[in-house]
Amino acid sequence: MKLLHVEQVVAGWQQPVTPPVSLVLNRGEIIGLSGPNGGGKSTLLAALAGQGRVFSGLVSVSQGVRICFQTQTLPPLDGLPLSGRELLALTGASPEGLPSWLTGCLTQRLDRLSGGQRQYLSLWAVLQAPGEILLLDEPSNHLDAAGAKHLKVALKRRAAQGAGVLLVSHDQDLMHACCDRIVVLEGNRG
Amino acid sequence: MDDWLIFWKPYLTGLAFSIQLALIGLYLQLRREWLAALAYGQVGAAGALLAQVMAWPLALGGLLFSAGAAVAKTLLARPLGAGVMFVLLLLLGWSACLLLTANLSVAERLGQAMFAGQLYFAGTTELLLALLLLLGTLGYLRFFGPSLLQSFLYPGLPCNQSRRWVRCFDLCAALVLAAAVMSMGVMGVFALAFVPSWSAFRCAGSWRLACRQSVVLGIGAYSLSFFLAWYWDQPYGPMLVACLLFFGVARVLGLGWKTHCEQMRRRGGI
Repeated sequence: MKLLHVEQVVAGWQQPVTPPVSLVLNRGEIIGLSGPNGGGKSTLLAALAGQGRVFSGLVSVSQGVRICFQTQTLPPLDGLPLSGRELLALTGASPEGLPSWLTGCLTQRLDRLSGGQRQYLSLWAVLQAPGEILLLDEPSNHLDAAGAKHLKVALKRRAAQGAGVLLVSHDQDLMHACCDRIVVLEGNRG
Repeated sequence: MDDWLIFWKPYLTGLAFSIQLALIGLYLQLRREWLAALAYGQVGAAGALLAQVMAWPLALGGLLFSAGAAVAKTLLARPLGAGVMFVLLLLLGWSACLLLTANLSVAERLGQAMFAGQLYFAGTTELLLALLLLLGTLGYLRFFGPSLLQSFLYPGLPCNQSRRWVRCFDLCAALVLAAAVMSMGVMGVFALAFVPSWSAFRCAGSWRLACRQSVVLGIGAYSLSFFLAWYWDQPYGPMLVACLLFFGVARVLGLGWKTHCEQMRRRGGI
């Protein structure tokens, strides 16, 4: 079942950044977006999430489908009195399936966790949020080997549950391990 | 006993405001917009003074001006930046207040009272307004508080509530701050919105605990200052600020000292 249909979309901010892109994202599918820096991968995700601008083309989202967008920037958790359990409750994410090195930290304040623990918990809150389309921008940034391994399993499980995932990453290992196909963006040379 | 009967309306008015200011302060701290507590309060004070000059009800002037300030902030925050908007509103409110009090005798006494805090003159109207706003604020934060947190931390996720209602936070904060300023004074209100929430942000282990700690500190410092100012016959506003600073700073320093001792103990292997 089709979740997202992108037809000759040119996205950007003040100016167009991406070349015309076409793709169809179905339920249970993971599509990778690859290409050089400045090619417009993150910009395309932002435009699909309604945060960037679509200059031309057509974006069609199936009725009732919710989009969850994870940006490269971590949520501003420094100095915030918020526990891990509260963070997950905010996005509606379930703690079920969390790696064992995180389950014991859920009652602690997030800014007292290590950088890696905080990063993975922030990502988990988006991964497990109740949405049908996941737009993930460099989710494996700052993750250690154990985190990256767990992310691959979690992504595949999420797709198996029926979500469609659009994944931007420079991590070729993650892309090849998880993606059903990869779309290459070469940048807007015009 | 007679004294208590005279003071119970002012006390309850301040109590209602101290609860909502302690909670609203938390969300202002979250959004890094604590300057709003001063900006909306100052604009509300200017509105109340202008209403006094025009022989309108004070509350009407204060609430209308602060609501206008909230709308202006919502519209102009993106092009100018929220921080700049609050500075501009603060300067506008401050200059309007001082010009009105300097040139119009009818505004002079009220102006001075609003800077020192005039809580002991609060009557039934102020109490009813405070209780109404308390109900509104608690209801608003109960339903939209989690969405406010979520929209700040994860703007890219679908929101449980309509974004329009989440954007109404500015209006809610502006109305409460303006109404509180008319009873408790500009700096007293600023201190009630800032100090308990700042202390809770530093010390609490979760959002739920932060809400609880902020309210407890707000109510405690408010109640103590109310009775001390009355007993020693001091201006109310400065006494409130002194109590808040004492308890707020003591709490943060106490926690810092405890953490330091724990670290030293761990290093010493005790």
